[in-house]
Amino acid sequence: MDINATLLGQMLGFALFVWFTMKFVWPSLQSAMKDRQERISDGLAASERGRKELEQAEAQQAELLKEARQQASDILEQANKRANDIISEARETARSEGERQLAQAKAQIEQEIAQAKTDLRDHVITLAITGASRVLEREVDAKAHNDLLQDLAKQL
Amino acid sequence: MSENTGGVTGYIQHHLTHWQVGEGFWALHLDSLFMSFLLGSLFCFFFWVGAHRATAGTPGPLQNAVEMMLEFIDGICRDTFHGKNPIVAPMALTLFVWIFLLNLMDLVPIDLAPDTMGALGWEYFKILPSVNLNITFGLSLSVLALIIGFSFYYKGVGGFTKELLTHPFGPYLLPFNLLLNIVELLAKPISLSLRLFGNLYAAELIFILIATLTLGFGTAWGEMLTSFSGLTLLIGQTILAAVWAIFHILVVPLQAFIFMMLSVVYLSMAAEHH
Repeated sequence: MDINATLLGQMLGFALFVWFTMKFVWPSLQSAMKDRQERISDGLAASERGRKELEQAEAQQAELLKEARQQASDILEQANKRANDIISEARETARSEGERQLAQAKAQIEQEIAQAKTDLRDHVITLAITGASRVLEREVDAKAHNDLLQDLAKQL
Repeated sequence: MSENTGGVTGYIQHHLTHWQVGEGFWALHLDSLFMSFLLGSLFCFFFWVGAHRATAGTPGPLQNAVEMMLEFIDGICRDTFHGKNPIVAPMALTLFVWIFLLNLMDLVPIDLAPDTMGALGWEYFKILPSVNLNITFGLSLSVLALIIGFSFYYKGVGGFTKELLTHPFGPYLLPFNLLLNIVELLAKPISLSLRLFGNLYAAELIFILIATLTLGFGTAWGEMLTSFSGLTLLIGQTILAAVWAIFHILVVPLQAFIFMMLSVVYLSMAAEHH
């Protein structure tokens, strides 16, 4: 093993390759890796942020849902109440109407009874007059005995 | 199995000889240099492509591999080398991947490169550059240069000189300090390069020795496959080579890692004040 100029050649090669690596390989690779690292950390931060936003949105959604449910049940309750009101009102109206009609019918009946009584009385008077005239065989002057007849009719 | 001339010694000698151009100090081991530059360029090319196409989005397979490597080296450099320096991490990356690729040539079948290149007209071609002391010393001396450079840069000329002269025994043992520090300084590249060289050289030699098991048969395949001893040797060789190669899947990156790690440690020591 003899030392010769190969040594110098190798040293030259070493210097050359180290220079090349230093100049063209190391910086660009390292910057690419640094960029990627930044990008990854950015991405992680963004995903973290997204997760938080999602959580917030979910909380908000739950809140909204609760509110909506509350409102719905309120509305339902009101509607039920209103329906009950309407029903009771209608019942009230129907009852009063029925009572009114009943009263009217009673009044009418009473009126008709009174009318019938009057009619009957007139008939009885007529009948009585007719009967009396037959008995007397002469005309009874209804006008002349009006007061008497009236008095009689009142007694019936 | 094919290089029969000169027997086992000749075979081993042939496998350990470099393709050399020129004589004396200015000779070049062109096979080592070629492989070393080829693999270095390959490393640079792939990492450049990976870096060039690098996006902050989802990385492709190449970018992923390149980034994994980069992160691994960057982590080690951050843990070991305190303070900011633009050279350390790229240097560590280059060292690790380059030495890994150089060592990986150990797993290329032992006869493939010499035989192929022999058929093409080269007499010697040694594909594994890490068993060339020039290559390993080339790397470690570059690291030494960086160590000295860092020492001057971080401690200043005065600081470094003072440390060389007064550390560790104080100013009264100045020559002794200087001697000790120089030995310490020189021990670093020597240990680095000899460790790498020794490991890979031993590995390569054992691959060659395993390959010599059936060397006696040469190209007489028929004889080898029909005789009991030939079959036994062939099977034994296959198993041994496989086991050794599997072991080297561990050794190859380990040696590259040790070289890289120690370089970073030495540089961090050079940059730190005592």
